[in-house]
Amino acid sequence: MSVPYGKLPAWVDFGLIPLINLVVAFLVAGLVVLAVGESPLRAAALLVEGAFGYGEGIGYTLYYATNFIFTGLAVAMAFHGGLFNIGGEGQAYVAGIGVALPCLWLDQYVPWFVTFPFAILGAALMGAVWAMIPGWLQAKRGSHIVITTIMFNFIASSLMVYLLVDVLKPAGSMAPQTRTFVEGGRLPKLDWLLGAFGLDIGGAPFNLSFLLALIAAFVVWVIIWRTRLGYEIRTMGHSPKAARYAGIRENRIIIITMMLSGALAGMMALNPIMGDQHRMQLDFVSGAGFVGIAVALMGRSHPAGIIPAAILFGMLYQGGAEISFEMPEISRDMIVIIQGLVILFAGALENMFRPAITSLFATLGAARPGTAKPAE
Amino acid sequence: MSDIAIELKGIDKSFGAVHANKNINLSVRKGTIHGIIGENGAGKSTLMSILYGFYQADGGDVFVDGTRTVIRDPNAAIAAGIGMVHQHFMLVENFTVLENVMLGAEESQVLTAGITKARAELRRLEEEYELEVDADAIIEELPVGNQQRVEILKALYRGADILILDEPTGVLTPAEADHLFRILRQLKDQGKTIILITHKLREIMAITDEVSVMRRGEMVATRTTADTSVEELAELMVGRRVLLRVDKDEARPGDVLLAVEKLTVRDSRGVAMVKDVSFDVRAGEIVGIAGVAGNGQSELLEAVSGIRRAEKGRILLNGEPIDVAGRTDPAELRARGMAHVPEDRHHMGLVLAFEESENSILGYHTDPRYVSGAFLNIDGIRRDAAEKMESYDIRPRDVRLRTANFSGGNQQKIVLAREMERDPSVLVIGQPTRGVDVGAIEFIHKRIIEMRDAGKAVLLVSVELDEIRSLSDRVLVMFDGRIVGERSPDANEGELGLLMAGVTDSREAAA
Amino acid sequence: MEYFEALIVILQSTVRVSVPLILAALAGLYSERAGIFDIGLEGKMLAAAFAAGAVAGITQNALLGLTAAMAVSVALALVHGFASITQRGNQIVSGVAINFIAAGATVILGQAWFHQGGQTPRLGEGGRFVTHELPFAAEIAGIPVLGPIYSNLLSGHFLLTYLAFALVPATWWVLYRTRFGLRLRAVGENPGAVDTAGISVTWLRYRAVICCGLLCGIAGAYLSMAMTGGFVKGMTAGKGFIALAALIFAKWKPVNVMFACLLFGFLDAMSIRLQGNPLPLIGQVPAQFMQALPYILTVILLAGFIGKAIPPRAGGVPYVKER
Repeated sequence: MSVPYGKLPAWVDFGLIPLINLVVAFLVAGLVVLAVGESPLRAAALLVEGAFGYGEGIGYTLYYATNFIFTGLAVAMAFHGGLFNIGGEGQAYVAGIGVALPCLWLDQYVPWFVTFPFAILGAALMGAVWAMIPGWLQAKRGSHIVITTIMFNFIASSLMVYLLVDVLKPAGSMAPQTRTFVEGGRLPKLDWLLGAFGLDIGGAPFNLSFLLALIAAFVVWVIIWRTRLGYEIRTMGHSPKAARYAGIRENRIIIITMMLSGALAGMMALNPIMGDQHRMQLDFVSGAGFVGIAVALMGRSHPAGIIPAAILFGMLYQGGAEISFEMPEISRDMIVIIQGLVILFAGALENMFRPAITSLFATLGAARPGTAKPAE
Repeated sequence: MSDIAIELKGIDKSFGAVHANKNINLSVRKGTIHGIIGENGAGKSTLMSILYGFYQADGGDVFVDGTRTVIRDPNAAIAAGIGMVHQHFMLVENFTVLENVMLGAEESQVLTAGITKARAELRRLEEEYELEVDADAIIEELPVGNQQRVEILKALYRGADILILDEPTGVLTPAEADHLFRILRQLKDQGKTIILITHKLREIMAITDEVSVMRRGEMVATRTTADTSVEELAELMVGRRVLLRVDKDEARPGDVLLAVEKLTVRDSRGVAMVKDVSFDVRAGEIVGIAGVAGNGQSELLEAVSGIRRAEKGRILLNGEPIDVAGRTDPAELRARGMAHVPEDRHHMGLVLAFEESENSILGYHTDPRYVSGAFLNIDGIRRDAAEKMESYDIRPRDVRLRTANFSGGNQQKIVLAREMERDPSVLVIGQPTRGVDVGAIEFIHKRIIEMRDAGKAVLLVSVELDEIRSLSDRVLVMFDGRIVGERSPDANEGELGLLMAGVTDSREAAA
Repeated sequence: MEYFEALIVILQSTVRVSVPLILAALAGLYSERAGIFDIGLEGKMLAAAFAAGAVAGITQNALLGLTAAMAVSVALALVHGFASITQRGNQIVSGVAINFIAAGATVILGQAWFHQGGQTPRLGEGGRFVTHELPFAAEIAGIPVLGPIYSNLLSGHFLLTYLAFALVPATWWVLYRTRFGLRLRAVGENPGAVDTAGISVTWLRYRAVICCGLLCGIAGAYLSMAMTGGFVKGMTAGKGFIALAALIFAKWKPVNVMFACLLFGFLDAMSIRLQGNPLPLIGQVPAQFMQALPYILTVILLAGFIGKAIPPRAGGVPYVKER
């Protein structure tokens, strides 16, 4: 016998409760700011000012958000299939090879728009391959995907150090990075986009990848809710037994879902490599893969939630950098704490405030009879 | 001292919108076996869980031995001398019998001393009540009947004077059930009070002294068993005359549409659950498989519907073989005219988190009516789902409502509508009315008969013998993975019962 | 003899690097055998290492440092417990969150309090753990084979090292010979059985995560107060995850845990040893490969090529009373 719980209106479920969770996460973060002897209010003001107060700040905010849209979508895609992909960091890192190689091969001969499709493909492919192995191991050997993807992050890190130090580094150079690409390996900036609003992005590396990220978000929505594959992925994610019953091949879906997830994480590499630094260097992912977990949880695994969540984290990154000029006690690592708090409150504790809110709405509903109809 | 062991006054309990227990009054006399009977979902288990401290009542009082007692948790129940044998055994499967019995009653921080004492006490109890089990056996290696004895021993070890048994025979063979009843009588003779929850009338008549009937959360009557009849109890239970037979015409069997030949199926642990099973189902007939749960019916259903791989044997669907031992594929079988209403509606037949319309295509999501290329045809899916809601009277009529928010009966109708409306040639149904309200049962039975009359071959598996007898044209009895006999649905109930217990007569043995 | 001495040296460092692994893996064992998965071992260890470094750095008192480490680690374990037990949240998500909170907070607070780029002050004599020589270590050292084994391998470790190894049989005893252990194992397999036996599932699981916190705390203190003389940012460097892998490899059994940790510790010691030294027959092995080897091996082991690891049956699933 299954009994429907008191249902909450959709706007409460998908709007109010996530918002409350987020506010609590930031309040706790505010306590940490207090603990290091700064004013949380001033920090918040600096944060918003630094992230949105001027054109260059907005440019940076959206540049960081681009990374997080990709990695957030990656984690969300896996969530829909009932899989927890903690390996976005490693997948994006390895995908750097897929971006760097086409750029190194083509940049001197062709314009960027010829290189770009190859780079997209390369990034998606390398990310997909790196995610496919844990997917395959889970499907065929039953290894727990959470543990394997964690291990693959460490393996990716060693692999990339080896490649950058011993293979891809140009002769005679000391820095562990590839050579800098020329025009054919550089994505155009989106200065015109912000220019339309009368903003000047200055030196911000806000580039074409942002639009690609938005397209990716739309494509993910289509795949999940409008295609047969998405239907099969969601069926698997909710109930593997139902998937088996429906003739959906579990192993195939696990592997495909992980590959899609890895491809999305991998495309994140385009943004820093082709859009900003124009070369591949050590640790270019710098945690974006992990931020994706927070973004996906906050955005409730829906692209329409992931984009604002990614922009919020973009704001934290950019604004956080600004704060550290004014408040030397607060470094970028503050974001790591916030990220952890968001994962805690929007993820593990997501239902903490639900009972209180449900009873609040039950009281409101009782006061206005006829609004809450019991299900049949 | 009072001669009433347990008295409940005005017990009330709601779960959200569901009023599970409404103002329940009950008194159980000492040294008797008191039955509580009611349909699935009548509120019996909830009431007993309150008595055992598992749930808190919203209102009302419990009196144990004449004194008002607040039972806040199972500890308090144990202290008050109440023990419970749960429907799903509360045993740690990879622990020994001894460890399970000791758990929660260890007596000291370090186990060593307690073990010796527990072992001696266990031996005493085993002898006193004919409850022999090996104290060092691992639970998961014991037969179900013995596991249940461990549950009883657990309660006795804690000094229970009042023993509650929740649907104790559901998983037992008739022989094991008989043994259990012997034990219960023995316990009663020693002065223990027993509360037996069941939905099986025969058990009530066979063993209880008094019986209370629950219906939709209310206690509707209490009778002395000797002064009542099966008919009266059945009427009290359901609230009106029970339709013991479903109206149907004589079957007109046609060609064999489903043939199973020497099928052997192993479960995930490698234990053979279906052994060398053969049978046919013809167009226009319903073949019912009767048996106590766990005798291989589930595995048989899953093998026939392509969900589980078989080890050997053949299955012919419309005369064409199925690759039973290879890459079984439910989707392919569906395309070839097989429809399957699975036993486990909540996890297999439906995705409870999905919208109703999404569940209405589960398994048929590759059909050109619902997809064009890689994309879902959302409008077509919803339109189609709305039509099925009309013709199967699924309520509420909202194709976008989450499936979890439908009642059990309506959920089952969603599955039936999906499977029956595809005009299959073979329909395989497991437990069609488990957890379904009475109104929906009649509807579902009627639809199954209609499928037969439309010339479909119907294979029906149910643990409800009454259901099997009222729907089937032929009854096969399954025991320990084998078909141990075929009978007409009009066959004597006792005869079927014997077969379900694995007792085959000489005629069968010779065949 | 030369090889023998090299072996002793490698084994010695194996023991040294295995200690935090053993402590953390045993910590995970208490939690996971009770049905609470914990991928936050890394974060708890890191926070504990920081607390130990900070408190011992200020007070120059090793015991205070150890106490602080355990307190901080238990606090984080309780957060995980609150999320997983009381709120019935996703245990993996909660573990991830704790890892990030610890990674960020140790740097922010370290910088704010000490202004040394995320490090805590160097520990002096009183703030550190010191090594102890076993009786007659010096006298026996000269005896061939046995001497080096006793004097160099068995003797000369920190008290925490001996504690870690003593905790292995102790954990076995607790698990299989005490009431607490019986209940702990039961609650990880079937919490319903525990609940109906009149034992609080919640309180039992909380005690398990507290045990986990205490041991992670000791592991962290070992890192910053024994292995080195102060906290360095990110000093756990994945040890919590290696410990987790060792726990799985050991099939959640205490004695196996010790051997798994020694194996991974040995690999670690070998990788340091082999850097720059070509292996016979194979030749030069990239240092990065040696660093990745424990992870690669873990993946191979997890893929079930050596036996099958069956986790506690109720692991990762919040307990909800059946209706």
